[in-house]
Amino acid sequence: MRMLIQWRTLFIGIAMVIFFATTAMGAKTHLKMGMVLEPPHLDPTAGAAAAIDEIVYANVFEGLTQIDQNGTVQPALAKSWDISRDQLTYTFQLNTGVTFHDGTTFDSDDVVFSLTRAMAKDSVNAQKGLFKTISSVKKQDSHTVIIQLKRPTGSFLFNMGWGDAVMVAKETVQKNKSTPIGTGPFKFNKWVKGDRVELIKNKSYWGNPAKLDKATFKFIPDPAAAVNAMMAGDIDAFDNFPAPESLSQFSANSRFKVVIGNTEGETILSTNNTRAPFDQLKVRQAIAHAINRQAIIDGAMFGYGTPIGSHFAPHHPAYVNLTYTFPYDLETAKKLLAEAGYPNGFKAAIKLPPPSYARRTGEIIAAQLKKIGIELEIVPVEWAQWLDQVFKKTDYDLTIVSHTEPMDIGIYARDRYYFNYKNAKFQALMKQLDQTVETKKRYALLATAQKILAEDAVNGFLFQLAKHGVWNKNIQGLWANSPVQANNLTQVYWTK
Amino acid sequence: MRLFLLKRMISTVLTLIVASVVIFVVLEILPGDPASFMLGIHAEAETLAALRAQLGLNQPLSIRYLEWIGGLLTGDLGNSYTYDVPVAELIRDRIMVSFPLALLAITLSTLIAIPLGVVAASQHNKPLDFLIMGFSQLGIAIPNFWFAMLLTIVFAVTLRWLPAGGFVGWDAGIIPALTSLLLPTVALALPQSAILARVTRSSMLDVLKEDYIRTARAKGVGYWSALWHHALRNAMIPVITIMGLQFSFLLAGTIIIENVFYLPGIGRLIFQAISQRDLIVVRDLVLLLSAAVILINFVVDILYALVDPRLRGFNDG
Repeated sequence: MRMLIQWRTLFIGIAMVIFFATTAMGAKTHLKMGMVLEPPHLDPTAGAAAAIDEIVYANVFEGLTQIDQNGTVQPALAKSWDISRDQLTYTFQLNTGVTFHDGTTFDSDDVVFSLTRAMAKDSVNAQKGLFKTISSVKKQDSHTVIIQLKRPTGSFLFNMGWGDAVMVAKETVQKNKSTPIGTGPFKFNKWVKGDRVELIKNKSYWGNPAKLDKATFKFIPDPAAAVNAMMAGDIDAFDNFPAPESLSQFSANSRFKVVIGNTEGETILSTNNTRAPFDQLKVRQAIAHAINRQAIIDGAMFGYGTPIGSHFAPHHPAYVNLTYTFPYDLETAKKLLAEAGYPNGFKAAIKLPPPSYARRTGEIIAAQLKKIGIELEIVPVEWAQWLDQVFKKTDYDLTIVSHTEPMDIGIYARDRYYFNYKNAKFQALMKQLDQTVETKKRYALLATAQKILAEDAVNGFLFQLAKHGVWNKNIQGLWANSPVQANNLTQVYWTK
Repeated sequence: MRLFLLKRMISTVLTLIVASVVIFVVLEILPGDPASFMLGIHAEAETLAALRAQLGLNQPLSIRYLEWIGGLLTGDLGNSYTYDVPVAELIRDRIMVSFPLALLAITLSTLIAIPLGVVAASQHNKPLDFLIMGFSQLGIAIPNFWFAMLLTIVFAVTLRWLPAGGFVGWDAGIIPALTSLLLPTVALALPQSAILARVTRSSMLDVLKEDYIRTARAKGVGYWSALWHHALRNAMIPVITIMGLQFSFLLAGTIIIENVFYLPGIGRLIFQAISQRDLIVVRDLVLLLSAAVILINFVVDILYALVDPRLRGFNDG
């Protein structure tokens, strides 16, 4: 008999848990979002991991400016700014009544602190280059900051909108990695390492308050587990679903919405420009002619992706379509190879990092290049190995990677970058671009830059990565595109 | 006996020291730099140097080894490079998932396997025996990760009774926590119990042929009573040996199962730490696991000596 009573208690207990779990779901002010990778920590000013920004950007931390859904600069903690005629002095007016989540006020001192910290010699900011142009940051009064630049910088306001340039408080900065304190519409609540991060609504937010009461980011590295979690209703949304092959399963289900958007990720066949035979322009052009982009997009990405012909995002207003600079043409490719001294092709290696886009694309590229006699040995590597061998020591022939930073064409002008590309003309052009502020002129310079890279066939330009959003059809306000690596939840809400 | 213990202890400590050196050196040889992993492909050389200095990566190898061991001896496992929190904290949180999972799985598999094995043995060569052994054959053939996926599709995706994965945490209450461990436990336990049931059955069959069982029955002890009280106890010895072996398989199994059910356990921590080159975490975890194995061996050696006095005798001379 006692046994029976215990069983009954257990049974009632389970029933109650199920009941409360379902009623909690009915309230619908809680969004559970899936992510593939867990961030190492939550301080966007001290690490490159995209997963950090995907949780805290715009939600927990804000900068002077912010990048919106269309990739344009909007005021954030700075409500307005004046730019001097020589383009060297920026005067920012800060919003008043802004407080950090610990209750302290945000003012000019915090701006001076945050930017000085990012620029400092011992700074570990992953995008330190963003601050190189700043010569001084001064407080004029409690809500006015004057920033002096060393040279005119057209992208300065955009740069201040990056996650790496958010405002932090001196008192709490040391603990931001584990308990981030920002000014945003969501407060950090809890981090169960390996499982999830929880944010809750900041009730004393200075601006437009968030519509959700709670947001949970759950980490699911395995694509098959991600499908199950969505189907089981454990997760409401995946901003960027890791497996394009599963998307049809979701579009066939009336509970979900599948939204294909664009990203800043140029997926390229990175080429070591100083290693023979890739140091020959004709060899690189031959490869460009031998790549069938549509076949790659269909085969590796299940049809999602836009072909590109240079290192530039197709949705940007300054984009020039150069996809057909070297159209798919095996005869021309073979001819160019023969002219370069390789009538029978050659052997090389391609190092592939772990993401599925890279591994699948690599296999298709190997098959395509085989048709013109280039035999590729496929070498799969881990990320840490890739960073060490390919990126740092440039010990590679070819590799595939998606460059996901926005507006990053400037990397081709760097003195030492892993493509080992050197073109004085391009470097001069980038310098000129940096000092040009007028939009029209900037676009013209960017167009020239795209053409130089395309004609030099620096890398095999393959496709722009698509963003595969999958979410419950009753969710509104999630971004279709990702101009920055972020899940901006400030305007997200449930319709039911 | 005292001399024997002393000898075993010295060799255990020496094994641990050798293990720590091997672990340290192998991880240093491994290509990949934690700093460049953390800063990504846009980092400038100057920033990388600053971070390496901050992490203490530019000190000589021998100093770093001694600092590590010194820390361990004083109970300080160091700070994780990527998470920037004490490693001890990370491991403690993860053990709270992996250990209960392994324990639940071994309990469940025993509870299923032993009755099934006994019943199969008692019904030797009858339909029920064939049925049980058929299922057990199936259980051995099915890999646990595949079985795990099957369970999720049925109970989480289709019926939506249970979560597809994740772990709510013990602070959410015992019942929600156990609910999130239910499918992983079953996925781990069933294939294990298939093996255990077979071992129990064959061991029982051997014992049932023994004279003392016949004597017990002749004395008037009932069939089931003889089975449970006399046969099972003696048949347990090989079963326990197999269970001990299975525990290490179970640990390997949890690494896979933790990935299928995205549970924040030790297995996923090692996985993640290796790919992010969080060398401190990898080092501590591998040493911890090696220490566990070495210590179990030590205990087993002592147990053998206790059970079998001949071993002691030789050593005492």
